[in-house]
Amino acid sequence: MLRYTVRRLIQLLGVVLVLSLLVFAWLRALPGGPASALLGDRGTDESRAALEQQLGLDQPIFVQYFKFLGRAVTGNFGNSTGVQPGDSVVDIFVQRFPATLELSIFAIVIAVVVGIPLGYLAAKRRGTWFDNLSVGGSLIGVAVPVFFLAFVLKEVLASKLGLPSVGRQDAIGATRVTGFFVLDGLLTQEWDAAWNALKHLFLPAIALATIPFAVIFRITRAAVLDVMDEDYVRTAEAKGLTAQLVRRRHVLRNAMLPVVTTIGLQIGALLAGAVLTEKVFAFPGVGEALALGFERRDYPVLQMLIMVAAIVYVVVNLLVDLSYALIDPRIRTR
Amino acid sequence: MAIGTKKERIDSLAESTADDSGVSLAASAWKRLRRSPVFLFGSFIIVAFIIIAVIAPWIAPHDPSARDLADQVIKARNQIPEPQPGHPLGGDLQGRDFLSRLLVGAQQTLLVGVFATLIGLAGGLALGTLAGAFGGWVDSLVMRIVDVMLSIPQLLLAFGIGALFAKPNLFTVILAVSIVQIPVFARLLRGSMLAQRGSDHVLAATSLGVKPGAIVFRHMLPNSLGPVIVQSTLVLATSIIDAAALSFLGLGNPDDRVPEWGQMLGGAQTVIDTHPQLAFWPAGCIIAIALGFTLVGESLRDALDPKNRR
Repeated sequence: MLRYTVRRLIQLLGVVLVLSLLVFAWLRALPGGPASALLGDRGTDESRAALEQQLGLDQPIFVQYFKFLGRAVTGNFGNSTGVQPGDSVVDIFVQRFPATLELSIFAIVIAVVVGIPLGYLAAKRRGTWFDNLSVGGSLIGVAVPVFFLAFVLKEVLASKLGLPSVGRQDAIGATRVTGFFVLDGLLTQEWDAAWNALKHLFLPAIALATIPFAVIFRITRAAVLDVMDEDYVRTAEAKGLTAQLVRRRHVLRNAMLPVVTTIGLQIGALLAGAVLTEKVFAFPGVGEALALGFERRDYPVLQMLIMVAAIVYVVVNLLVDLSYALIDPRIRTR
Repeated sequence: MAIGTKKERIDSLAESTADDSGVSLAASAWKRLRRSPVFLFGSFIIVAFIIIAVIAPWIAPHDPSARDLADQVIKARNQIPEPQPGHPLGGDLQGRDFLSRLLVGAQQTLLVGVFATLIGLAGGLALGTLAGAFGGWVDSLVMRIVDVMLSIPQLLLAFGIGALFAKPNLFTVILAVSIVQIPVFARLLRGSMLAQRGSDHVLAATSLGVKPGAIVFRHMLPNSLGPVIVQSTLVLATSIIDAAALSFLGLGNPDDRVPEWGQMLGGAQTVIDTHPQLAFWPAGCIIAIALGFTLVGESLRDALDPKNRR
């Protein structure tokens, strides 16, 4: 297990290094070159010349790359040019990341809590109208553009349910402790603020949860169908175990292995979905910052957030693989 | 199915169509497809949209780029042309006939899907064949590149590529949504080619003295195409949806003289509360065509899976 972990960590380091190379190349390929891309519209000829010198654009390309790495390691990603002009990109990230994390956790919880039981039931009732209806629904769920669904929820459901349609929680925000809106409200015992934050979270979380839900549902259904045919389930039934015990100990536990991995993989869909959903709901997270960054060509913000998103995605999947190895002993020996 | 990491998932799909029985897989797959309501329904949707795209210039009541109703657009009062005789769906923000734009929009939307899939497929075929045919260090090198591309969430990578262009147009949109598909195709193809390297038919061809190039292109590649076809069908759906997302973020084609549904949907975002029909119609079309491709892809996957052969 230790050797497996170490090997995966070394692989992770390699991926991050190549990623940094990609982001470096990306910055270089941007319209107008890196200096004008980083300065945005506010750049004057002087400030551009100063930045070019600071970036060392006259030096050999590998020297430039190591300088870029050095700045990245020390957390110097420059200042925003369009999203929150003048603010340090790292500050923007620190300020906005908890909101996105909170939203993503809510979304994945919704997807798991609804998707797994529904997938299990659909498998148990294979071929019935319930099964066909939920499979059909999950297929449509994947076909709907996330941002369109978010719009529909916002325009149609928000007023009917009496929920706020935009995500500006600052109105009755709790005192900032952790940056997680709901958690802050609970910690400071400002119950109104916590409830308000929760209401703001509801619709964006549902929009964000659809695709992970559809995928988790279908993987659970397929996994349960696979496992139900296994000899050990028939054996368990034959030796007279109660249906509940067979379900809990034999079917669900074995079927959960692929589902756990799928949940990890959905983090990627969540990160990209957050960009679209947060923009629709004006939800103050990193996703909105990314969406605004693309619109206003705020490359310092994009540079850091894309890098972070990729690292989060890789790390989460590493954790999932490790937990998988923990559950399934066959993997450790590979 | 679908156990392990994303990479392993792609690999397992690659192996799932390995064939070892007498009846040709294609024949038995076709036999099951013909009776599958899912496949029939999906292909009905696709064929319907293709027909619309082909005959759109003749059935569209008006020129989709002509601003026939421009005099009925009042910006200050946020007013656009209502449905009226000759214009059953009214006009858009520029006063162009909305029904004509929807009908003609099928053309470019399908083009985006098809070209994005073809480019992704071509890139993936090249990389995957290279890795799968040579193995060894070529394989390692290609696969490490593929792994890094897979480590960035797909849609986010498409946004990043889209942002590279100062003046986006239809081609840059297609490029952005297609490049992100290359690693998936490459991994898929490499998996099923590697699985065949040790197989009997390749061994037989080798011992008969068939040249390596001919083995790769005439024996290994054709036998690896099942999962690639399945994936292509699914990519047709995702690339149309992804292109819409690019438009939504302002990374799409700004020139809207020739209509495209993703662009129409993205452009309607600011008026969705006052003129919801401008968003709902193109969104409905995108959902329908994406559903059609997904249904066909899923039923193909089931039909080609040897586990389902009875």
